[in-house]
Amino acid sequence: MSGLFENSEIRDLIEKVRQGERLNRQDGIRLMQSNDLLALGYMANLVRERKNGNKAYFIVNRHINHTNICVNLCPLCAFGVDKDNPQAYTMSLEEIEAKALEVKDTGVSEIHIVGGLHPDLPYEYYLEMLRRVRDCLPDVHIQAFTAVEIDYLSQISEKSLEEVFRDLIDAGLGSLPGGGAEVFSPRVREKICEKKISGDRWLEVMETAHNMGLRTNATMLYGHIETIEERVDHLLRLRELQDKTGGFQSFIPLAFHPKNTRLEQPNATRTTGFEDLKVLAVSRLLLDNFDHIKAFWIMIGPKLAQVSLSFGVDDIDGTVIEEKITHAAGADTAQALSKDELVTMIKAAGRQPVERDTLYNVIREDF
Amino acid sequence: MAGQRISADEALILFEEGDLLSLGQAANLIRNRMHPERIVTFVIDRNINYTNICKVGCRFCAFYRGENHPDGYVINREVLFAKIRETIDHGGTQLLMQGGLNPNLAFEDILNMVRDIKDNFDIHLHSFSPPEIVHFAEQANLTIRQTLLKLRAAGLDSLPGGGAEILVDRVRKYISPRKISWQQWMAVMEEAHKLGMKTTATMMFGSVETLADRVKHLVRVREQQDKTGGFTAFIPWSFQPKNTELGGTGTTGHDYLKTLAISRIVLDNVPNIQTSWVTQGAKMAQVSLWFGANDFGGTMLEENVVRAAGANFRVPIDEIIRCIKDAGYTPVQRRTDYSHVKRF
Repeated sequence: MSGLFENSEIRDLIEKVRQGERLNRQDGIRLMQSNDLLALGYMANLVRERKNGNKAYFIVNRHINHTNICVNLCPLCAFGVDKDNPQAYTMSLEEIEAKALEVKDTGVSEIHIVGGLHPDLPYEYYLEMLRRVRDCLPDVHIQAFTAVEIDYLSQISEKSLEEVFRDLIDAGLGSLPGGGAEVFSPRVREKICEKKISGDRWLEVMETAHNMGLRTNATMLYGHIETIEERVDHLLRLRELQDKTGGFQSFIPLAFHPKNTRLEQPNATRTTGFEDLKVLAVSRLLLDNFDHIKAFWIMIGPKLAQVSLSFGVDDIDGTVIEEKITHAAGADTAQALSKDELVTMIKAAGRQPVERDTLYNVIREDF
Repeated sequence: MAGQRISADEALILFEEGDLLSLGQAANLIRNRMHPERIVTFVIDRNINYTNICKVGCRFCAFYRGENHPDGYVINREVLFAKIRETIDHGGTQLLMQGGLNPNLAFEDILNMVRDIKDNFDIHLHSFSPPEIVHFAEQANLTIRQTLLKLRAAGLDSLPGGGAEILVDRVRKYISPRKISWQQWMAVMEEAHKLGMKTTATMMFGSVETLADRVKHLVRVREQQDKTGGFTAFIPWSFQPKNTELGGTGTTGHDYLKTLAISRIVLDNVPNIQTSWVTQGAKMAQVSLWFGANDFGGTMLEENVVRAAGANFRVPIDEIIRCIKDAGYTPVQRRTDYSHVKRF
């Protein structure tokens, strides 16, 4: 197999990966520029199998997007709206409780909560939301609030990040998702999410979370206006923090969906399949200190998500119930895949399906 | 890999044990050897389904209607001509007309339709799959050869490779019991090739066939190609289960790429392998360019059969061009015979 890459423009990097050497910024840029998709797949697969063998993880979870009202209204987002918008909604604590109760004893192991930055909801709403979900579903892990929301909670409560985390953990928070990272470059953020916290602040929130024992994920929103160098720099900053704290569990590249966003016109297009697989593979190669690379099937479709299991990915997220944010931006994927469908898909790719909990403990692997 | 032919047994091993990336690598090597010019071709065409009334009623089909069904139709000249005019206005060069086996349409009606089109338009007619040809022959009490000669005299240029499904009768008896046998399908292609008409060949996989059936299909196409050499392209596509009697879940993206790659490896005498964006979507179609495909197929300004079965991918010309460029190839609009129209 490896002999086939003798003529590859990146054969020196294949050798580096085979030796287990760390790749540098220049290597990352060359990988992102390469059209040799199969060589990228081969390299990423080497690392993937070194770290995770033949396993392919998934989780059974429910998403709750408690409000779409947001003070930031980022151009990249099709979900957030102004409070006066007719589509605006905010779930009451009772509604959230009802959503949690709906999945009681259904095998859901994680509740995933993220939402807009609401101008009026009090700090207590967030704590009470966690308490109620925890009380309804005591055995279920709550993964909630991106770094952007954590920063916002710190502002509205006038508390330090540490104090906010302490309150949230007391109320039932188990871990943090990786959203809101977008691309760290200030040039990019100014155009796609000018009001959002900076990349530095995002990393600071994550570092604080890790120091307090919380595990988190990390993401990158790609396929809009970012350059290849900006993608690579984003990945390297994550790698740097991971060297320091080791608190990141998985990295999830998110394909930008332009529909209904203010970036839609004139040049915004959906990412191509090649771009999706390339970003996943290069992420696997650069983030040598991350255990897991996740393809969010909602973003790239189940067919490509399955194929990505040969391009560095070891996790295809979950049977997601009620995802609103990507679908608002025109994702034409289904709202949920059943567990059977996920298992069949993974097996058909020649991998071993493993149902995991949020912290990658095995729930079941005898499929 | 060294250019030696793969046997049926070896092909089965590739299906059973080959890993996706290795198969891709082998298929890509062969693809680039056969097409070293770093281009990916596509044709601007329109699918026109001239009737949906069909006496066959295959279990994998969501498009057909019975003879007296209220949704049954036969296209009239006005609509037909408007569609063709629109196709030509979009730079289209090919018309892919296919329809149900409609007992109420006489062969003479079909010939008149072909003549009328050719009298009014300069467009390549890539139309009527083998089941239709056999149906015309039966209705007019002619041999296959006579039927094809009449169609060619009326203006038919080449034949699409539809209706092949899986060229194994055990499978056909289950999914399409009233459709022509695999030998009849091949006999039509052989006659066409002998008359100098080019055709394509398809394979619909992912229903009830075994991997050995897929291999048999590929080998039968390869053997025919050795004999007559008239297949310009092979187009594997996956069964779309929605709204069909057969139902089920359909196959996966992994299986599609693997089958495509093995097709490229086995069919060493078929020049082109087409991807199927209609069934796989643009993302997968683009990725398949590393798994043996060198042609994006038709733009299909209108496609009803696959859409009836739930595939809902709409890929305009701009999107095809973008996908090809992003993959590192030069997009080239081609004609049905693979001669070039325009580079992008």
